[in-house]
Amino acid sequence: MSAAISVSGLVKTFGTTVALDGLDLEVCTGEVHGFLGPNGSGKSTTIRILLGLLKADSGRVTLLDGDPWRQAADLHRRLAYVPGEVALWPNLTGGEVIDLLARLRGGIDTRRRAELLERFDLDPTKRTRSYSKGNRQKVALVAALASDVELYLLDEPTSGLDPIMEAAFQHSIGEMRARGRTVLLSSHILAEAEALSDRVSIIRAGRVVQSGTLRELRHLTRTTVVVETERPMDRIGDVPGVANIVHEDGRVAFDVDTDHLDDAMDYLTPLRITSLVSHPPTLEELFLREFGDRVVAAEEEAAR
Amino acid sequence: MTALAGVRPLLRFMLRRDRVYLPVWVLGIVAVTYASLSAVRGLYDTPRAIAAYASTVAASPASIALAGPPFAMDQIGGILIYETSLTALLGVALMAVFTVVRHTRREEDAGRVELLGSTVVSPHAMITAAVLVASLASLLVGLGVAVSFLVEQQPLEQSLLYGASIAALGVVFTGVGAAAAQLMSHGRGAIGVSLGVLALAYGVRAIGDVGESRLSWLSPMGWSQQVGVYELDRWWPLGLSALFTGGMFVLTVVLESRRDLGSGVLTPRAGPAAAGPLLSGVVGLSWRLQRGALLGWVVGVVAMAALLGSFSESIEDMVAENPALSDVFAAGAAETLVDAYMAISLLLLGIGAAGFAVSSALRMRSEESSGRLEPVLATGVSRGRWFAGNLLVTLVGTVVLVVSGGLGLGLSYAVTSGLPAKAWELTRASLVYLPAVLLVAAVGVLLFGWVPRLVAVVWALVAFAFVVAWLGELLEIPARVADLSPFSHLPAVPTEAVTAGPLVLLSLVTLVALAGGWLGFHRRDVGAGA
Ligand SMILES: Nc1ncnc2c1ncn2[C@@H]1O[C@H](COP(=O)(O)OP(=O)(O)OP(=O)(O)O)[C@@H](O)[C@H]1O
Ligand SMILES: [Mg+2]
Repeated sequence: MSAAISVSGLVKTFGTTVALDGLDLEVCTGEVHGFLGPNGSGKSTTIRILLGLLKADSGRVTLLDGDPWRQAADLHRRLAYVPGEVALWPNLTGGEVIDLLARLRGGIDTRRRAELLERFDLDPTKRTRSYSKGNRQKVALVAALASDVELYLLDEPTSGLDPIMEAAFQHSIGEMRARGRTVLLSSHILAEAEALSDRVSIIRAGRVVQSGTLRELRHLTRTTVVVETERPMDRIGDVPGVANIVHEDGRVAFDVDTDHLDDAMDYLTPLRITSLVSHPPTLEELFLREFGDRVVAAEEEAAR
Repeated sequence: MTALAGVRPLLRFMLRRDRVYLPVWVLGIVAVTYASLSAVRGLYDTPRAIAAYASTVAASPASIALAGPPFAMDQIGGILIYETSLTALLGVALMAVFTVVRHTRREEDAGRVELLGSTVVSPHAMITAAVLVASLASLLVGLGVAVSFLVEQQPLEQSLLYGASIAALGVVFTGVGAAAAQLMSHGRGAIGVSLGVLALAYGVRAIGDVGESRLSWLSPMGWSQQVGVYELDRWWPLGLSALFTGGMFVLTVVLESRRDLGSGVLTPRAGPAAAGPLLSGVVGLSWRLQRGALLGWVVGVVAMAALLGSFSESIEDMVAENPALSDVFAAGAAETLVDAYMAISLLLLGIGAAGFAVSSALRMRSEESSGRLEPVLATGVSRGRWFAGNLLVTLVGTVVLVVSGGLGLGLSYAVTSGLPAKAWELTRASLVYLPAVLLVAAVGVLLFGWVPRLVAVVWALVAFAFVVAWLGELLEIPARVADLSPFSHLPAVPTEAVTAGPLVLLSLVTLVALAGGWLGFHRRDVGAGA
């Protein structure tokens, strides 16, 4: 399969801040690619370089077989972009902004526009200054999704959306995938990327630290459980998929592979659970747990 | 919870936030007043000069419409007030409106009030604190103006009365701004409504003053001027201001109790659900964003030009009435003097147009820093097309503005003098200013291309050009320094003949600056952080 986006050794600095530090990224044509990383890790910077808005210090970037810095406008007719922070012209209505951006890109599918407005429950007659953050984001989303292009670059497109709209968004991305479009979806919400992506790349401190299909990264989606039971949990370590067990005044904390969550519950239930807290790992936790040593080593190396 | 809970900490918070903003306003207004005060006082230091002033300037309806009712024109104090009250009154009213809206409606727009509202604050604490801040600032302006008059050796009572009349208008417009902030659903709308009230107050008193009718008493600005310092010396018209302000505050509290946080009493109209055919390219977008501002500028400049043109009459009268002057200039004296006056008027209008040109060119930067440029450049629009499209709108707008200034001046002169040819003559003359106006804007574009964070520096050039043009001779600015203003190189049309040399040179420098800006813009990072 050919690559819609191919980046290698990308470096970008702002003064003394190193935003990207030798980033490699490969997005295949026709896939939904999750681009994950904590705040300030360089997701938006990468996307801006892909759009030719920022000039890379060094590294090689190919987008739709072109050079985004030199051929920006030509390439942009074949892609749609949703910025992370959506700023709109306060005097224009949402409908006007959608049409304007689509026209600047080269046309709009009016039937699809109407469909998306309905799906995202967006009133196009309101001035954008009176939209909430989520509604501004919807304007940008409708403008992007109503254009029939090869590649969608979405920078945390759902950070302001409520759960119903999040579902509408996921439905739309499903349609894109079915039509063979390529999507680069930046996010720091693991669950969203998990639901949508064929492959994900995880970025931290300007470098991709992990990249692969979700199956390959399955071990990342562990759940942390803190549990208290009436009878002792001596044999919790024997349950498949359980790791990182910590005993702490009567309570036990452990991580379990999501695949084996019910095995753990089967073991715990007969012991009479008195309290239980569980949460999926945050990205930060993942990094610290999975790549802690490597990241520290890399940072030390960078500091030298 | 008492009605005033939370006012005190809010007040402290607002004053802290405004520790630069308010001093700039207050000191700015007082400084401008003081500067013109001492300049005017130096100008009219003989009884003859004062008498000439009374019979010419203060007898012209245009000047009365502009400045206010002429009181005590037989003494220097009356002239001082006649010459300084316009800037002080308008300044204090604008300051009050901007301050009050800034701390109420704009805060709500930004969603910061919800944060405060969840802490212990009584329902009207925010507006109360904002009103106190704006009123305090108005009083300080009044005090500053009074002190300026004292420094210029005017009597205590008159100085205080004049200062109080200025402060009163500030307080009145604090009330207007507060009520408008409840009425409209956004800061922009609230400021628009308040400025509309100010324009109405100004217009009503202008008509009233010219016709010497009671109409002036319907305007808050009229109340401040009807104290008649040095002639009537009465305080009671300010009681009307106080009554009106009280009414505004009651209205504010009533309106605020009736509306939800974040919305206004009036809900905004729905707009079009789809973009019209004009809104389809870079030029269409830029035009859409700037047409309102351009219209405002054109109206303002034409009004200003018409006013300036109408003064030609009083200049002719002055020469006719003054045999000494007629002797010096011999035949055609009036026309020469009027031409010189027109040259200065054109120069001022030109610098005004530079203000528009710069603000229009710098729209590129505000589009960028607000984050609105990124999505545009992420479409099929190239940097070059966006840059050129925006500058095209700036160019067209600037030409329209310069021409309307010349046309307004010329028409008004033609009507007052009965010489129709003047209209065309002055319109053509105004075009001479175009290269200098565009050069100032091009400097802004150059900065935008290379050091986008510093674009505002170009305003210093506009201010410098203004100072050189207006005060250059008075301050004896050396020619080498004055030459840094592009306007210094232009022939003073219509007095001097047009020569191609400087115009061509300025145009070339403009093109070079634009090309430099273009180059820089193509090489640099683009975006809110750049
Ligand atoms: N214009 C700029 N000037 C200076 N530093 C910048 C600029 N833009 C980004 N940075 C820095 O570069 C780093 C990467 O920022 P970036 O916006 O790409 O992160 P991100 O992954 O998108 O974060 P988030 O999840 O918060 O959106 C951060 O440390 C940020 O502070
Ligand atoms: Mg980001």
